[in-house]
Amino acid sequence: MAIKKDPPEINASSMADIAFLLLVFFLVTTTMDTDFGLARRLPPPLPDEMEEPPEIKQRNVFVVLVNANDQLLVEGEIMDISQLKLAAKEFIANPYGKEELPEKELKEVPFFGNYEISKQVISLQNDNGTSYNMYIQVQNELARAYNELRNELAEEKFGKSYDMLVERDDEERVKAVRKIYPQRISEAEPKDIGGAQ
Amino acid sequence: MSKFSKKSDKGLPAVSTASLPDIVFMLLFFFMVSTVMREVDLKVKMNQPSATEIKKLENKALVDYIYIGAPVDARKFGTTPRIQLNDAFATVDDIQPYIEQKRAERNEAEVPLITTALKVDKDTKMGIVTEVKQELRKVQALKLTYSTLERIERD
Repeated sequence: MAIKKDPPEINASSMADIAFLLLVFFLVTTTMDTDFGLARRLPPPLPDEMEEPPEIKQRNVFVVLVNANDQLLVEGEIMDISQLKLAAKEFIANPYGKEELPEKELKEVPFFGNYEISKQVISLQNDNGTSYNMYIQVQNELARAYNELRNELAEEKFGKSYDMLVERDDEERVKAVRKIYPQRISEAEPKDIGGAQ
Repeated sequence: MSKFSKKSDKGLPAVSTASLPDIVFMLLFFFMVSTVMREVDLKVKMNQPSATEIKKLENKALVDYIYIGAPVDARKFGTTPRIQLNDAFATVDDIQPYIEQKRAERNEAEVPLITTALKVDKDTKMGIVTEVKQELRKVQALKLTYSTLERIERD
């Protein structure tokens, strides 16, 4: 006759070893770094038969050129990168309605009523020999000019910065602010003057 | 014998290790949840530029990476910047098939949401980057991110 006995206990002392093994595996094969970046949208490829692009007035275009030595030429003047943001901001907003800065057009914008929106376009052209770092810095400064203007506008109107509106998913207000300061950075095909590589 | 010497005879009781697996499992789950699989082994030097106006890359499952930089093994591959796709060096012509293949791997509804992240070394010249961008335009992969590090500015 079989004696009623409790089943023998399974030895669990190796469980820790197994778990450690798994832990080490995950530590080695995974990374924790989060990726950050400047988000951009490329223009779609050009169709074969090109229509004549609409003429853009000289005063509405902010020309930024970067050469192979990473030097900046902004609207025909040599400029240091630290001044680029201010120059871009003044151009985009044209607060005093100057003659040589972009024209403005009255448009209906939600929350703002009729608002004068400038017809600004920023044209960025670099050389094939421009360093990637310089390119990113220029892109960053231009984006910063737009973001600061948007922040100032949103702060004035809604008492909250634009970043905060974006964070709170306040889509209508974000759209309104964007309509007043649309980010228009056009990249021309690069030239090959400074000698690539 | 006194009371005291009696006690020392026993020796220290063993520390129970029964909760050790639980602790390790906790750590394990933390790492499994908070990390992602390493995408590739980098074969090019990667010293990214830094910027301030940046966004976090959302939904990493929908991001394709293109690496550009000088090869790490300069003796074997020289110092001219090269493109790396997946785990191997590639040329500009390989980009279109690469993007197509990545699209085929995914659900059709997700295709418009795919972002291409350019991870480019600081010292690379723009020539090769522009070529890559033109290729991306040709395959209609228009959502692009220039991967950068975060720079904190004191205002």
